[in-house]
Amino acid sequence: MHELSIAESLIKIIREEMAKHGLTKLLNVKIVYGQISAIVPEALETAFEVLTVNTPFEGAKVECEVKPMTVRCRQCGEEFSPSHEERMIMPCPKCATEFGHEIISGRELYIENIEAE
Amino acid sequence: MKVDVVRNILEANDAVAAELNADLTERGILSLNLMSSPGSGKTTLLERTLTDLKNEFSMAVIEGDCQTENDARRVAATGARAVQINTAGGCHLDSAMVRDAAASMGLDGIDILVVENVGNLVCPAEFSVGEDYKVTILSVTEGDDKPEKYPFIFAESKVMILNKVDLLPYVNFSVERASAFARSVNKDIEIFTLSATTGQGMDAWYDWLRRERAKKQK
Repeated sequence: MHELSIAESLIKIIREEMAKHGLTKLLNVKIVYGQISAIVPEALETAFEVLTVNTPFEGAKVECEVKPMTVRCRQCGEEFSPSHEERMIMPCPKCATEFGHEIISGRELYIENIEAE
Repeated sequence: MKVDVVRNILEANDAVAAELNADLTERGILSLNLMSSPGSGKTTLLERTLTDLKNEFSMAVIEGDCQTENDARRVAATGARAVQINTAGGCHLDSAMVRDAAASMGLDGIDILVVENVGNLVCPAEFSVGEDYKVTILSVTEGDDKPEKYPFIFAESKVMILNKVDLLPYVNFSVERASAFARSVNKDIEIFTLSATTGQGMDAWYDWLRRERAKKQK
């Protein structure tokens, strides 16, 4: 449901960027979202589609890339990406400490680029 | 042509939130974004907190719900200032809604502002509403695997409140497991185990409020 608000913000940013570069037809937009952010890419694509009917953005492709979670071990400082199965109990590959690592990436939500003419 | 953009998609919401937080900070107000699933006891926790700390702080509550003004009425009955936002189906509050609600309610003389978000463990975590801290309630009837299932909200929160601990003898819930999961995504999260119904454990939560409010005072 909140993908609708996200798509609205997204469209506003694209509109600004297109005007800035004198572009009129949007072909593709690339989004990066973190693995643990609350984004469902299919819902975001659908929301974008619904909001752009009969606009210059209609038919543009939404490309979503997921950024994996990486953490820094609280004990030894090792940086690693826990596999999906061990996402919550994530032993450090170096010292086996299980909990309390610092999340370095995996919460992002940004627009990386647009393709337009 | 390809244009590199690299802009945070929620920048407009974040900008309003930052502005609102600056205003609240200027007024010395501690602001909290209270989140949880529906029925975990957000309003009951607030009622008890507002009643018990009535003589210490002047508190205000912004209530977010899909429909009805029931929660604002319950909160206002304690004597606190309260205003209701009906999202009409919307799953979260955003910073502009909270800014407008705060303006209509008025913030003069307020020490602590609590925004009670729409009951939902997913979307509200993405939208800052101008708060100093996010506080997430998990009640023991919901299951101790919730921090594992909804990591983002616990990663974003300063505090996790484990509510309804008076029911622990009747449910299969491990406080240790829930705490360990929450700490695995958020090593600094503060955890309070309490029952807003019986009052057990409320003192540690009140002390935290006193400490954080003191930090905001000039």
